[in-house]
Amino acid sequence: MSLRFQRLLLILLTLVIILIAVLLILYNTRENVSYFYTPSEIDKSEIIINKTIRIGGFIENDSFNKISSSSFKFRITDEKASIPVSYNGILPDLFREGQGAVIEGAFNNNDVFNATNVFAKHDENYMPASIKEDLKDTGYWNKKYK
Amino acid sequence: MKFLVNPSKFNEIADYIFKPVLILSIILFALGLLFSLIISPDDYQQGSTVRIMYVHVPSAWLALLTYAIMTLYSIAALAFRIPFGFIFNTAVAPIGAVFTLICIVSGSLWGKPMWGTWWVWDARLTSVAILFIIYLIVIFMNLSFENRIVREKVVAIFILVGSVNLPIVKFSVDWWNTLHQPATISKFSKPSIDPSMMTPLIIMTFAFMMIGLAIAILRIKTEIISRKSNLG
Repeated sequence: MSLRFQRLLLILLTLVIILIAVLLILYNTRENVSYFYTPSEIDKSEIIINKTIRIGGFIENDSFNKISSSSFKFRITDEKASIPVSYNGILPDLFREGQGAVIEGAFNNNDVFNATNVFAKHDENYMPASIKEDLKDTGYWNKKYK
Repeated sequence: MKFLVNPSKFNEIADYIFKPVLILSIILFALGLLFSLIISPDDYQQGSTVRIMYVHVPSAWLALLTYAIMTLYSIAALAFRIPFGFIFNTAVAPIGAVFTLICIVSGSLWGKPMWGTWWVWDARLTSVAILFIIYLIVIFMNLSFENRIVREKVVAIFILVGSVNLPIVKFSVDWWNTLHQPATISKFSKPSIDPSMMTPLIIMTFAFMMIGLAIAILRIKTEIISRKSNLG
C-alpha cells in the first residue's frame, strides 16, 4: 500500500467517523433540532400550561374565524389530531385555510393554544397562476394544491 | 486534465478561457434576468415574490458546490501532496462565503413576506448559517498564520471537518420538521416546478456558475503569482 493511498484512507476514515459522531449527536437531540411538533405528536397528558412551544400543520378547512381585525380563531391539524388556536396579531400573506403554518405560543388552561407568532409554511410546488385557472376551468384542480 | 492540479498548466488554460467565461456570464445574466423578471409567470401561491427564488436557489447551490469542490481539493492536497489544492482553497473560500451570504440575505427577504419572519432557527437556516461561519473561519485562518506550510495544512483539515455540515444542510429539510420547505428538485423524482419557472432557474444557475468561475480564475491566478513572489 503506497503512502499516498494510506493518507487517503486515513482522511476518508476520519471523515466517516466524524460524520457518524455528528449524526449520532443530532439523532439523539432530534426532539430539540426539530422546529415544531405536529398536532398528533402532542400528548395531551404532557402539556405544560404556559410553556412556549411551536406546532406545525395545516389550517383546518372551515375552522377560520375572524373575531376582529387583529384577532383570529382557527384550528391546526395534521389530519390525525386537531388543536384549537387563538391569535392576536398580523397574519402572513400565505396564511389561509388548507395552507401549512407553524404556530408559536403556549396552551392555556382550557386546552386552547394561545399563539404569539404565526408563520406560514409553503410547499415545494411551484406553478404558474394561469395554470391554476386552466385546471379550475376544466375541473382538474386538485383541492390538495390549495 | 492536468490544469486542474498544475499551476502553470492552469494559467495557460485560464488565460485562454477567462474572456469567453466572462462574456458567457454576462449573456447568461442578461438572459436570466429577462426570463426571471419578465417572461416567467407569477406563482399560484406566492405571486411575484417567487422570483426571489431565481437568485436564492442558484446562490445556495453554488455555496454548497464551492464547498464540495474545496473538500475534494483538500483531500487531494493532503493525501496526494498537490499544492494546487491549497492554492485553490485560499483563493475560492471568499467566493463561497459571498454565495452563502447572498443565499441568506435573499432567503431572509423571501421569508418575511411569505412566512412572516426574517429568520427562524430551524434546521435548514441554522445549518446554512453554520456553513457561512465555516467559510468565515477558513478566510480568517488563511490570514492568520506566520508559517504558510503549517497554515495550509491546518486550513485543509478544518475544511475537511467542516464538510460534515454539507449533508446536514442538504438533508436537514428531510430529517427534521423545518419551516423551510423540502427540496423541489431532487435527483430521484420529477421536479415539482413548472418548466416555465424551471427555465430561468437553470439559466440563473449557469450564470452564477460562470461569474463564480471567472472570479475564481482571477483569484487563483493572483494567488499563484503571490506565492511565486513569496508574498503569500
